[in-house]
Amino acid sequence: MTHLLEFRNVTKTYTRGYFSDAGTTALQDFSMVLDEDSPTIMTVAGESGSGKTTIAMLLLGFIEPTKGEILYKGKNIKNLRGEERMTFRREVQAVFQDPFAVFNPFYTVDHLLTVPIERFKLAKSKADARNKMEEALSSVGLRPEDILGRFPHQLSGGQRQRINVARALLLKPKVLVADEPVSMVDASLRANILESLRGLHRDHGVSIVYITHDLTTAYHVANSIVVLYKGGVMEAGDVETVIQKPEHPYTKLLIDSIPWPELDRRWGSDGMMVKEADGSDKGAKGCRFMGRCPHAVDACGTSVPPLYRVGPTQVASCVLHSANPVLPATQLTDVLPV
Amino acid sequence: MSAILQVRDLQVSYYTDLGRATALNRVNLDLQAGEKLGLVGESGSGKSTMALAMMRMIKAPGRIESGSVDVDGVDLMKLSEEEMRLARLSRIAYIPQGAMNSLNPVMRIGAQMVDAIRAHVPTMSKEDMIARAKDSLESVDLKRNVFDMYAHELSGGMKQRVCIAIGILLKPKVIIADEPTSALDVVTQRQVMETIDRVQKEIGTAVILIGHDMGLMAQFVDKVAVMYAGRLTEVSTVRDMFTTPMHPYAQALIKSLPNLKNKGVFQGIPGLAPSLLRIPSGCAFHPRCTQAMDRCKTTIPEVQDHNGRLVACHLYTEGA
Ligand SMILES: Nc1ncnc2c1ncn2[C@@H]1O[C@H](COP(=O)(O)OP(=O)(O)O)[C@@H](O)[C@H]1O
Ligand SMILES: Nc1ncnc2c1ncn2[C@@H]1O[C@H](COP(=O)(O)OP(=O)(O)O)[C@@H](O)[C@H]1O
Ligand code: SF4
Ligand code: SF4
Ligand SMILES: [Mg+2]
Ligand SMILES: [Mg+2]
Repeated sequence: MTHLLEFRNVTKTYTRGYFSDAGTTALQDFSMVLDEDSPTIMTVAGESGSGKTTIAMLLLGFIEPTKGEILYKGKNIKNLRGEERMTFRREVQAVFQDPFAVFNPFYTVDHLLTVPIERFKLAKSKADARNKMEEALSSVGLRPEDILGRFPHQLSGGQRQRINVARALLLKPKVLVADEPVSMVDASLRANILESLRGLHRDHGVSIVYITHDLTTAYHVANSIVVLYKGGVMEAGDVETVIQKPEHPYTKLLIDSIPWPELDRRWGSDGMMVKEADGSDKGAKGCRFMGRCPHAVDACGTSVPPLYRVGPTQVASCVLHSANPVLPATQLTDVLPV
Repeated sequence: MSAILQVRDLQVSYYTDLGRATALNRVNLDLQAGEKLGLVGESGSGKSTMALAMMRMIKAPGRIESGSVDVDGVDLMKLSEEEMRLARLSRIAYIPQGAMNSLNPVMRIGAQMVDAIRAHVPTMSKEDMIARAKDSLESVDLKRNVFDMYAHELSGGMKQRVCIAIGILLKPKVIIADEPTSALDVVTQRQVMETIDRVQKEIGTAVILIGHDMGLMAQFVDKVAVMYAGRLTEVSTVRDMFTTPMHPYAQALIKSLPNLKNKGVFQGIPGLAPSLLRIPSGCAFHPRCTQAMDRCKTTIPEVQDHNGRLVACHLYTEGA
């Protein structure tokens, strides 16, 4: 069976200007699969600099992998031309962090919705276009009469972000990449946006790659999670297990640092030692987390730990779990539920 | 126990082209020495305005219309400009939103700190100033050699620590931190908050933490004040706020929080925050309130004391 979208051993190294040897490996040997028959919500989580946006840019075809390939319906996306390219452009959509950035301040917000309708010939008539716009806005919980005809600055950040989701919906995509869609929105308004993303998945069968540094929202929207650190997968699996019972020291640190809005769940109650990144190149050849890890031993520095299967739907890249069988990196999706 | 901070009737307006917007409406607040208060509300509700007003840092087109701000028995509103300049940092310190990105890029961290001390205590010897600055850096878990570094050499978390170190240089009675960690990763956020917590205990200062992350509030503060459209709607202890919020807006806020038990439940707050130029009549929250009654549309609910909790809502007042 052909997969909808596939990352095959993708590595991305950014080379800075003339110092091509001093590049940053933003993503290292990353593989994953999304299937058309089983749409899912997959979270990619990690701190800033972990490579999350790099995954989004690669997936959208905005940048090319340094190694490996990205396939859409079995074809390398860099080779898509003509009709196929248009289909890819329409079926793979994105919502970005800054709800303002995509809006042109000189046009009413209608513009953001009419452009894709015209470009992809989604409507038969003006009236049909209007209907489609209203339908899309309603399905993300906005009242079209509150929105259409307004300028971007007349709307709140939360509204603008939901318009972005509506825009994506209009195109009936198969895959949506949402790169930190709520991180610039007030906590009290996040629920509405996340709910419209879930609706897109539930009611329209869209697979969503939800990129975030916030594990609380990840827990609530996603089926599966991939935890990245400095471009490498630290832990992955089903979201319940990974967040309730993390096995990798880095995931533990992240989860222990979440300020849960619960009085009886205190911060740092598991007493994990927190180290700040020390900027050393410890772990240059081995585990990337070595410089901050309280459990580090010499063995951690020799080579990148493989993904050990710590449970039926959970893997951790950490020598502490080396008694478990190894999951080849290319089969990461095997442990991710849909 | 008398309050270290007493805010009374504080009111601020912005005079815009479209009219006068009352961004802070007759706010009262008390804080005890060493107490930690969280000031929460959606963006635009007036949190930063309140902080700036307490510091007398409101700039045109804004104006403080009325009110008093007593810190340790001194009404800041009555001070001369020069006295107020001295009071900032020594009586009450403010760490502005985004402060970590406004450190001077071409001046060493230490020089910026020494400048701040000199402006207040010009008689202190240079050596003492340097020692004071380095001690302060150390107390926020930075190495003393950060004194000789530039902002670009520091990570986000380190820059935020520098801002806190500046805030505590003169051991103020009250520190206001305006969304100090919203730009930081969770791990760094926790480390910075733990530092603030420890320093706060050491010097016994009262802290106002401004933000919209209720999780951070649950972990850090003693008391929560909820702001809506320029008014305080409820002030309660953190436990009361999280277990039995009284004001319907506070209730909606608490219900909208994700936790480990309510997976997949999204209870957003319906409707939109009002524009300050068109604040709804009566209770400003009434168009979004599921419990609104007739009088909510006409009469502004006053803040009332209910067993130590301050609530502005008609549900808890006798019928008009
Ligand atoms: N265009 C670029 N040129 C050079 N380095 C980059 C570029 N984009 C990202 N990087 C680097 O790649 C790493 C991963 O970045 P990114 O994918 O943006 O992470 P995240 O979205 O998780 O914060 C970081 O170290 C970042 O500095
Ligand atoms: N300089 C200004 N001129 C006009 N209006 C302002 C100015 N500063 C703030 N406001 C308005 O005052 C209100 C409160 O803003 P602010 O105190 O920054 O809120 P918060 O910190 O809660 O996000 C907002 O509606 C904002 O638009
Ligand atoms: S491999 Fe070693 S350094 Fe890396 S997370 Fe595991 S114990 Fe820590
Ligand atoms: S005063 Fe009325 S409208 Fe306002 S919060 Fe209370 S019940 Fe709701
Ligand atoms: Mg990013
Ligand atoms: Mg503010």
